[in-house]
Amino acid sequence: MTEPLLSVRDLTVALPPGGDRRHALDAVSLDLRPGEIHCVVGESGSGKSMTATAIMGLLAPTLTVEGGRILFRGRDLREVDERGLRRIRGREIGMIFQEPMTALNPLHTIGDQIAEMFRAHTDLRASEIAGRVEKLLADVHIPDPKAAARAYPHELSGGQRQRAMIAMALALEPSVLIADEPTTALDVTTQAQILSLIRELQDRTGAAVLFITHDFGVVAEIADRVSVMQHGRVVEHGTAEAVLDRPKHPYTRALIAAVPSTVPPKRAARIAPGETLLEVEGAGKTYRTGSLFGRRKRVVRAVDDVTLTLERGRTLGIVGESGSGKSTLARMIVRLIDPDHGAVRIGDVDLASLSRRELREQSRRVQMVFQDPHASLNPRRRAGDLVAQGLVVHGMARAEALDRARRLFALVGLDPNGIDRFPHEFSGGQRQRIGLARALALEPSVLVADEPVSALDVSVQAQILELFERLKRELGLTMVFITHDLRVAAQICDRIAVMKNGRVVEVGDAAEVFAHPRHDYTRTLLAAVPGCHWTPDLGDAVTPFPVRREVYA
Amino acid sequence: MRFFRLFLARPASLIGLVLFLVVLAMALGADQFYPGDPLDLAGRPLQWPLADGRFPLGTDVQGRDIAAVLFHGARVTLGIGVVATVIAMAIGIAVGAFAGFYGGGVDEVLMRVTEAFQTLPNFLLLLVLIAVFGSDITTVTVAIGVVSWPASARLTRSEFQSLRSREFVQAARVLGMRDVGIIFREVLPNALPPVLVYASVVMAVAILLESALAFLNLSDPNVASWGNLIGAGRAVLRTQWYVSAIPGLAILATVLAVSLIGQGLNDALNPRLRDRT
Repeated sequence: MTEPLLSVRDLTVALPPGGDRRHALDAVSLDLRPGEIHCVVGESGSGKSMTATAIMGLLAPTLTVEGGRILFRGRDLREVDERGLRRIRGREIGMIFQEPMTALNPLHTIGDQIAEMFRAHTDLRASEIAGRVEKLLADVHIPDPKAAARAYPHELSGGQRQRAMIAMALALEPSVLIADEPTTALDVTTQAQILSLIRELQDRTGAAVLFITHDFGVVAEIADRVSVMQHGRVVEHGTAEAVLDRPKHPYTRALIAAVPSTVPPKRAARIAPGETLLEVEGAGKTYRTGSLFGRRKRVVRAVDDVTLTLERGRTLGIVGESGSGKSTLARMIVRLIDPDHGAVRIGDVDLASLSRRELREQSRRVQMVFQDPHASLNPRRRAGDLVAQGLVVHGMARAEALDRARRLFALVGLDPNGIDRFPHEFSGGQRQRIGLARALALEPSVLVADEPVSALDVSVQAQILELFERLKRELGLTMVFITHDLRVAAQICDRIAVMKNGRVVEVGDAAEVFAHPRHDYTRTLLAAVPGCHWTPDLGDAVTPFPVRREVYA
Repeated sequence: MRFFRLFLARPASLIGLVLFLVVLAMALGADQFYPGDPLDLAGRPLQWPLADGRFPLGTDVQGRDIAAVLFHGARVTLGIGVVATVIAMAIGIAVGAFAGFYGGGVDEVLMRVTEAFQTLPNFLLLLVLIAVFGSDITTVTVAIGVVSWPASARLTRSEFQSLRSREFVQAARVLGMRDVGIIFREVLPNALPPVLVYASVVMAVAILLESALAFLNLSDPNVASWGNLIGAGRAVLRTQWYVSAIPGLAILATVLAVSLIGQGLNDALNPRLRDRT
């Protein structure tokens, strides 16, 4: 076996006192060999990103390294001074960040920022640098590299920006590349392209790649070696094959079990085609931007003549990439956005044609669960009030409404005594339960859920999906479920509508769409799901995540 | 509780609070310490401080006890400061909230009005208002409030603009809440902390505005304000400078106290700045 290029030994980083645990990293060890992609996988707070920042010597000043060594080519990076580290960063160890928009300086052109790498580390002449920059951009397959070099970050798409970031990280041909969730902010199809790009470049340059991710699908797609982290410790490591297919540690097993499968579960008793409850007919919304005098005028058809129906008791998944119009459609159904034309009928009422006042009275017909568990709850109100709010608005006495809130808390799996707490005292998953309880309080005919599990860790996501499943069964919920994640859609939806550029390109039963996609775009989407060829099969011996009792901060 | 600990952890805010409590105690205890009208003749004019045991801070041009005026003036000064600030904040928050929440045409109109107020130097506007409506203490206070609101309107507006698109606002709308309910019950409590911190600046400026008016003999001459005392000392500034200097120091201390408290509130409400020492 080849010598490791980078070797982390017993790295321990202390958290400032008063945190939820004493060590951010607790004796973390990992080896990175040339020509190898090593994935560090874990949930938020597991210390996976901090491992990367510690290697780069970029820890926040409040964190101190207590012990351990970071050996790079036999030299302990902890003993290298700041000047020496600067020489190593960029030249020897390159880094790719999660969000290229914030990692790139908006005031400089892409070409300028890549050239900066050469100016800082080499004595190349300007003309040579320009040539190198162009070649790098061509290497990462940016269309029209010359134009891209002159472009500012905001003029490129997310995928192109990430390509530019990769070009920058690769500029000096570092022997180690650290990628911190480089595809998390990207759409699946773009993600698939970036993953294959990283693989390709790594094959060509023989660099060692440390790849930080939370997504086991991505791991299955790209990893040679895997380290699984939990609470600042590496709980399991080994070759990708060993960890993915024969995980030993219970945490790894539970994590893998929580990854939703791309195969929709067989639903035993298919509800016979019943009464149509929700009907979207020819709905459209067009945004016009540009100045008064028509300079650079742009017309965006966010939702373009969409027609959909949903029967009582079923769940319609709307899937698509960012910009496909799925969120706009969701907001049109609840009339947070007024459609330009078309109808949104629930039962016998066309919500699209109601006045604001009439709409307020009809809010029992449709409710919404939001994406962001932090932004969707008013931080200054108690959890119980948040849930009771809708009932109070519609004329219920506060005491009675709070009593209902208590029962709703129990329904969504929260401790009813939690109604006196403030949102920040709950975890992300618990907040999402509160959001769900708030939406259910009005007993809506239709529930619209906009990416309700996208911001959650995979283990929490599994619990929330289970909750949705249970509520569907117990309450006979009729639901519109917006998601970009096809794995999630496969698990929760009866019917799937695939959206692209504001149009529905395919609609059908979930099993049918996943097994026999008809539209090309659907096929592209399905093929881009990371790790789609890998179906974790752990037998029945897996203990799912225990539903934690409510722990308050 | 945690909030108070954070607030008091800084020596600056502690000093501010102590100074403010002293001024408050002077205002509340004025009648006990110096019963009677502080504007009455008390002794021989222009006695230096400590020259006579009865007048520890001396007397002014008209033979009034400076200490008595100082105590009663604290009451007037704080009163003007608080009332004018409340008026300014009420107008500012209302204008800013509606402009920020609705945007578009409403925002356009309200912000042009705000700009009109902001472009005029506010002291000049204040002089005009006093000239038109007279200079009794109520008019002066209201006028100060009326010229001081634009900045708080802008601040509230920008807070509202960032909050109005949050998902909890959309959630409230989906639940069927009215706009007024959303503005005042959902958004405002979240927008308030920075605006309240700014209130301390408004209060400091209000106190200074009243003093400046009084210095020009344009404030209500029938009340014992600190500004009036400074104005009265103006004629003898070169020989008996203490007549103006003593109330001047009092104003300085009060404005300082209010600003320090504001700064302390700001730091305590912004936990992220805690480590920035």
